[in-house]
Amino acid sequence: MAKTMTQKAAPGLGLDADLARKLLRDMILIRRFEEKAAEAYALGKIGGFLHLSIGEEAVAAGATSVLRPDDYAISTYREHGHCLVKGSDPRRVMAELFGRIDGLSKGKGGSMHLFDKSTNFLGGHAIVGAHLPLAAGVGFAIKYRGGDQVIVCYFGDGAVPEGEFHEALNLSALWKLPVVWICENNRYAMGTSLERALAQTEIYKFGENYRIPCEPIDGMDVLAVREAVGRAVDRARRDNTPTLLEARTYRFRGHSMRDPAGAVYRTKEEVEREKLRDPILLFRDRALKAGVLSEDDAKKIEKDVSDLVDEAVAFADASPEPPASELFTDIFKERA
Amino acid sequence: MAVMTYREALNLALREEMRRDPDVFVIGEEVGLYEGAYKVTQGLLKEFGPKRIVDTPIAESGFTGVGIGAAMVGLRPVVEMMTFNFALLALDQIVNSAAKLNYMSGGQFNVPIVIRGPGGPAHQLAAQHSQSMEVYFYHVPGLKVVRPSTPMDAKGLLKSAIRDDNPVIFIESETLYNIKGEVPEDPEFLVPLGEAIVRREGTDVTVIAYMGMMYRAMEAAEELAKDGISVEIVDPRTLQPMDKDTIIGSVRKTHRAVVVEAGAGFAGMGSEIAAEITEDAFDDLDAPVERVTGASAPMPYARNLERLKTPTKEKIMDAVRKVCYANGGR
Repeated sequence: MAKTMTQKAAPGLGLDADLARKLLRDMILIRRFEEKAAEAYALGKIGGFLHLSIGEEAVAAGATSVLRPDDYAISTYREHGHCLVKGSDPRRVMAELFGRIDGLSKGKGGSMHLFDKSTNFLGGHAIVGAHLPLAAGVGFAIKYRGGDQVIVCYFGDGAVPEGEFHEALNLSALWKLPVVWICENNRYAMGTSLERALAQTEIYKFGENYRIPCEPIDGMDVLAVREAVGRAVDRARRDNTPTLLEARTYRFRGHSMRDPAGAVYRTKEEVEREKLRDPILLFRDRALKAGVLSEDDAKKIEKDVSDLVDEAVAFADASPEPPASELFTDIFKERA
Repeated sequence: MAVMTYREALNLALREEMRRDPDVFVIGEEVGLYEGAYKVTQGLLKEFGPKRIVDTPIAESGFTGVGIGAAMVGLRPVVEMMTFNFALLALDQIVNSAAKLNYMSGGQFNVPIVIRGPGGPAHQLAAQHSQSMEVYFYHVPGLKVVRPSTPMDAKGLLKSAIRDDNPVIFIESETLYNIKGEVPEDPEFLVPLGEAIVRREGTDVTVIAYMGMMYRAMEAAEELAKDGISVEIVDPRTLQPMDKDTIIGSVRKTHRAVVVEAGAGFAGMGSEIAAEITEDAFDDLDAPVERVTGASAPMPYARNLERLKTPTKEKIMDAVRKVCYANGGR
């Protein structure tokens, strides 16, 4: 069932101006939001761990573009992008990173634990591999209730050697659950390369073992992601068939802000080479060349996003810290 | 009231809650076709069908995570651990996901799940199948932990656990499944979580014990009564949240306390209760709190060694006499 690597979509094909604007806007939003977050981290406004997805924006933007608002998404600790493009208010996401009361989780989750019930974004999970069974459970619940939603589950290549990847894939295939598994293969689990972690580095092929549709996709090409995820979502919605997609992407920054250069385990040349395939630049150029977007459109998107992110930072900065009473709320849900 | 076994009481609780609420389902190893390794789910597949009685492969982390994910979006799973010792394979799901999601999400995603199955010492099940697993869970904020000692409590507490909006760890016992007792037939009979019960009233010493140890303490109390020592027995029933008021209230009356637990003593339930009594009722005590615990050794297989590992009636009697200064100078 595995297919060969999906080729780039023909420029302009099936792409109207609104969609092109949305895809470009979503990718730029993730990029600018995270650049600002990095600045805020350097200023001490954000603490703890901060994992950036800069370079990987096409996966979140392309996948989300084929989802309905009532579909679910669940992710890892590198999830700002997935959460933002699912529709969360950037101001509340930034406030969460700042640890403030107006954050999505009242400042109690932080960068690694973004949740938004209003957009069906289910987190924000920081134990590698652990959210894959949860995704299968959400798929189980959708089917149990006879719904036609799907869940998209993002995870890194680092989750693939974990037992839970295999348990969750097996259960989703065995029980036919409407889950779209999207591995964001950025080639490094923190500092451990694929070759040092996996006996089978063609990750999508694990789908063959579980007898579900699977394919590798160019994770730097937002249209290729959109097409492949679109097919997978259709299958899941139609007859609960799960799919394993391996989006081949690259993280331009380090593993976290504590690994700023990301240079111990990979060469500078490699990073510079990958940056030539910047997903935002690739798509922008294609949309301009195809005449779907104009330079003015692109400039306006940059300006709008920049304003939005500045506003998010100002909002987060102005939001108060959670009151002391919040320490003991939400440990348990109490009946109203 | 009907007389039934502890196993039947659990089965009835599951049936009643599944009839009441279509969002309740049971998932685990051998719960359906096989009707449960210990037959707690007997007949449920026939009544509710495979959609709601879900057999799983041996993948504890996977199917526990499935339960948690389903609970995040509103279903009410009852996950069966064939034995709670296997829950160690799902410990990350229970501790890092189930217990934390409501808090990390600022109250957006609660997890109404029950994880149930037998645990604690049984009969020659050896080191990997005999552990008193509650200690792994009651330390974790965000989890409720229940250990029901009687058929009535098994039914009433399981129903409360299923209706609770939070993760509940519900640990039964292989040694209690066949005991019989009176159980209310009212489908709205509930035992609230977090309420201890006085199993036997007495005036000289409070013994805090649950599950098999509660029954041994009752036997010890009968013997001690012959010597004129009046023992009050408090069964916490829910270990988290702990009903401190009932325990402290009893100690204020008797001025002496013995805590019995099957698991190893270091940092165990006895340590916790002794500390609570010291903090809240020190001035009421006439003797230091005594602990009777399982030996700090893995559970051996050999019958004679197994007996040495687990608290006996005699050890409980010794501890009671000690706090009553009635041990003949021992």
